[in-house]
Amino acid sequence: MKAEHYAVREFELSGWPVRITSYRIGETWYAKADNVSPGANIAKAKATSLEDATDQVVEKASARLAATRRIPLAD
Amino acid sequence: MAEYAHPEVLVSTDWVSQHAGDANVRVVEVDVNTGSYEEGHVPGAVGWSWDSQLCETVRRDIVPKEQFEELMSSSGIGNDTTVVLYGDNNNWFAAWAFWQMKIHGHADVRLMNGGRAKWLAEGREVSVERPSPGRIDYVADDPDESIRSFLPDVMDAVNAEAVELVDVRSPGEFSGEILSPAGLPETCQRGGHIPGASNIPWGKACADDGTFKSAGELGKLYHDAGITGQKPVIAYCRIGERSSHSWFVLKYLVGLDNVTNYDGSWTEWGNLVGAPVERGA
Repeated sequence: MKAEHYAVREFELSGWPVRITSYRIGETWYAKADNVSPGANIAKAKATSLEDATDQVVEKASARLAATRRIPLAD
Repeated sequence: MAEYAHPEVLVSTDWVSQHAGDANVRVVEVDVNTGSYEEGHVPGAVGWSWDSQLCETVRRDIVPKEQFEELMSSSGIGNDTTVVLYGDNNNWFAAWAFWQMKIHGHADVRLMNGGRAKWLAEGREVSVERPSPGRIDYVADDPDESIRSFLPDVMDAVNAEAVELVDVRSPGEFSGEILSPAGLPETCQRGGHIPGASNIPWGKACADDGTFKSAGELGKLYHDAGITGQKPVIAYCRIGERSSHSWFVLKYLVGLDNVTNYDGSWTEWGNLVGAPVERGA
């Protein structure tokens, strides 16, 4: 068994650059969303199709990113 | 081309594919995403959970000696075993495990260059079977804390201006614009950085395929940011895992002698009452 269709794409979700990695192992598709910087994992999903896995991870990551506060630096 | 200072601590995916089954080699996957191992891993690799097996689960601390010995024994690792660590996020928690294995005195521990992503991207064989290695007696050394910094060490060094501090978080965390990596829960009361720190995000040490940049590129990266090793170097991040990655780079690839990882990091400093904080880039 091998990872197939391994792909990395970059998106902007909720104003943040995000890297989504997807691949299939066996019959399952996996998708993971990471911050471009620092590379922390935000969300992951698995499904029976690439589209479903990607949609799920985008939805989860978007919600989590939207909750991130930006604190003004000029006090 | 310049060589890494200690090239023996890195192995390639090719090397692992050829040696993972060797009697004296144990491959271990350590992930940020503790479920990644279950998807499929290097055949024969055991999986460690960073948040339950590589820490003290009651008080905040690294894995204690006795728990470490049990983890090694149950993983089929003896004192003479060559341990190859790899994981997701360019080996974040694999480096965290590497740092702890050095604290507990394991002689031969290495990272698989490029980590899990490179293994998958190359279409190499994966397995979902959990191996059942036979137990091996393991005796750890007393912890070597010389590669670890605690809060009083950092505070004294900052006050004496006797340290080169490397903040390996993202620029947004360093400046104080955000309190944790975007999308992750906030874990501190204040944003910013330790006064005097240089911001060199951990990911700058990696090439696009997740492998480490060349010795020349790494040397220039840190030197240009003022990290020369003329003073003791302390790396920190948010919880100590990203900084263990940079600690590995500075100590074993760049070759600086006096480098420590401050694992209390920003979750400790940024929650202290009265600690000095700088904001902005």
